[in-house]
Amino acid sequence: MRFKDVFSIIGPSMVGPSSSHTAGAVRIGRAARRIFGALPEQADITFYGSFAETYRGHGTDLAVAGGLLDYRTDDERIRDALAIAASSGMVLTFKSGHNPAVHPNTAKLSLRGGGREDVIVASSIGGGNIELTEVNGFDVKFTMNYPTLLVFHKDRPGMLSDITGILGGINIGYMDVDRKGRSGDALTVVETDEPVPAELVDRIRRLSDVSRVCMADLTAEEVER
Amino acid sequence: MKFSTLQELAACCGEDQVTIGELMLSEQAKESGKSEQQTFDAMANYYRIMKEAVRKGLEEGVTSRSGLTGGDARRVHQYMNEGVPSLGTEACTALAYALAVSEINASMGRIVATPTAGSCGIIPGVFVSAQERYGWDDERLVMGLFAAGAIGYVIANNSFISGAEGGCQAEVGSAIGMAAGALTELRGGTPEQAVHAVGLALKNSLGLICDPVGGLVEIPCIVRNGFGAVTALAATDMALAGVRSVIPSDEVIGVMLEVGSAMPSKHRETAKGGLAQTPTGRRIMSELYGRKTKDSGENR
Repeated sequence: MRFKDVFSIIGPSMVGPSSSHTAGAVRIGRAARRIFGALPEQADITFYGSFAETYRGHGTDLAVAGGLLDYRTDDERIRDALAIAASSGMVLTFKSGHNPAVHPNTAKLSLRGGGREDVIVASSIGGGNIELTEVNGFDVKFTMNYPTLLVFHKDRPGMLSDITGILGGINIGYMDVDRKGRSGDALTVVETDEPVPAELVDRIRRLSDVSRVCMADLTAEEVER
Repeated sequence: MKFSTLQELAACCGEDQVTIGELMLSEQAKESGKSEQQTFDAMANYYRIMKEAVRKGLEEGVTSRSGLTGGDARRVHQYMNEGVPSLGTEACTALAYALAVSEINASMGRIVATPTAGSCGIIPGVFVSAQERYGWDDERLVMGLFAAGAIGYVIANNSFISGAEGGCQAEVGSAIGMAAGALTELRGGTPEQAVHAVGLALKNSLGLICDPVGGLVEIPCIVRNGFGAVTALAATDMALAGVRSVIPSDEVIGVMLEVGSAMPSKHRETAKGGLAQTPTGRRIMSELYGRKTKDSGENR
């Protein structure tokens, strides 16, 4: 099921004008910000499909900027987000790309800062709902409707059981794993029914062959979920 | 969720002897792990935002960010108060309220996506006008929102609710179906009647393209929300009168998927066809973006 509950149909509460081009774009920006873990110094955004054709009219640029500033979908500062981003020290660029293979409302975000870079591709699938489809070259699929753990690691036997072992009593609703090759770099995405406590995140971070762990959780601020 | 089609939804309601709204509330609480009270309160908060958007749109008469639209809700409301509208006062009120919320949306004001922002006027237009007309309390309307959400959940998972995927039929069309089914239930109709209302309504918007001028959620989106509210009332009346959707509502949803999948990209929210590409639509677009590029900052 692409839409899992009643609040993906009624909701979100948002500033207009478009749930897919504004609210969904805020959530894409915010999800990327949470994965990156900080306000980026530089954010290069490429829009595809309908996003590319109509982003100015829908304020999609304002919306992604608002998301990168960690705003909720109904934050009335979104209409001033480009100016606020500039005064906060985030340099934003926007351009249109062409890729017929992706969903019609897709954005690629390259975030840089502190010597790091994350490249995230996400689509806005209607009613403010989003799907993240690529993180740093890994093909994954998740929605940010649940607390989401991203574990970057080496592909090795036992890794998944190490991760799920530490999660213990926390129920996993969905998992996605992609690797760049046998014994190569891998990304495991875990959607959980409740937030993962920082202590457990730390334990996963200390596992051998784990290079990075992000806990990206929008659910606490999105009241209805 | 224990239903994935409208037929299953009506059957589940029959088995449990509950309304569509009650079934959705309990299923949602199960899905989220929250209590029914918490779940109800979250929806009640949404209903408050909808009412506030109606009020603000009518009282303040906002103008859109582009300056292209605004003030039509007030125009219709004033006209209604000064004479005898062709629709009658009740349906004209639903029309004015739906326009008001859509105008708030176009001004980057706060609304609730139902199911999308492009179609955010229809449910508040129908619900808030019905509340005043029938003297219902907020709780009743909040349960109506759960009913509308259950219907939208089925449509979204079996077809689509975004204009970029399925055209305007997926947004405004879905909202009309949701409003019609929910109002049928609120007025005492059975779950079966509510499901018929959805099918009757959806049939009237099949094929509707998404062709916003300049890519803005304004022309023709705002007036389509007004029309949508009125159409929902008509579908409700037919369903309550006993009119049935001969093609079952789930099959109509399947047609929406078929038609939307076949719709060319230029008619799916790209502003490359339809009203957006009329001579006037193109002139508006060039004025808008000509101006924007000139005096918008380096961040554009």
